Amino acid sequence: MSGYDHDQLAQLIGMLPPAPDAWVRAAQELPEARRGLDQLVARAEADAAFRADVLADLERALEAEGVEPQPRVVDELRRLLADQ
Amino acid sequence: MEAPGDDGEAASGRAELTEHAATDAALVQRCRAGDDAAWRELVDRFSRYVYAIAVQGFRLPQQDAEDVFQEVFARVYERLGSLRDDEAVRPWIAQLTRRLCIDRLRAGSRESDADLDELPEVPADDVLESLEQAFDVHEALAELPENCRQILDRFFARDESYRTIGDDLGLPAGTIASRISRCLDKLRDAFEGRNLPSTPSSGQVT
Repeated sequence: MSGYDHDQLAQLIGMLPPAPDAWVRAAQELPEARRGLDQLVARAEADAAFRADVLADLERALEAEGVEPQPRVVDELRRLLADQ
Repeated sequence: MEAPGDDGEAASGRAELTEHAATDAALVQRCRAGDDAAWRELVDRFSRYVYAIAVQGFRLPQQDAEDVFQEVFARVYERLGSLRDDEAVRPWIAQLTRRLCIDRLRAGSRESDADLDELPEVPADDVLESLEQAFDVHEALAELPENCRQILDRFFARDESYRTIGDDLGLPAGTIASRISRCLDKLRDAFEGRNLPSTPSSGQVT
């Protein structure tokens, strides 16, 4: 391989700046979010009153499960409950 | 006919490639086994890459880039089980990101009644190739001592000034410049020592 000079290396380092922290954190928390969603949906399937409570306030239901109610997660929960 | 040393160098390069790919493969296997820490590491490893493809390669606006970014990792999480070759996780992620970026551009074109055959801002191959090289440089950077890793990343990738870095590290700003130069020498040695091919393959599962 031919030699890379400092400028080339600097440019290549600069081509990959960090993604915004919040994006990375949201992606990293995906497994916990999915587990929280699965638990909510399972309980909602088994308990109609609980399902009504969840539907009445999706954000609060997620927070109660320890899941940050990001819009994407709220939408996913709404979709899963609608599929029931 | 190859020079006598070529075999050794090629073998060495293959060994490094295998070792590196095995690291990716091991990470994928741990993720598949439900290891949350491995998942966080996988996101950490590929987050800049996905972000750069969306923002620098396809020039998506931040909102679209964020949607693509989250969708990429959601699909990776859901479909890791169907990945045929664990060592190919990087080209798979690259392909997935490119595809979702193109979908996003097509959706934007539909909304604006633009001609669907004329997608705007699809990056030239050389831009994507440069991002591959950049990824390899960052992998080499990760092998350097912490002080070099930090100083090069903060100056070149995070755009921090000599003064900011110097204040944080308790060093005069002038010293930062000479450290950067020395660290770039180390990075060049590490990068050229890796001798990794940088072209992602295609045809992975989606």
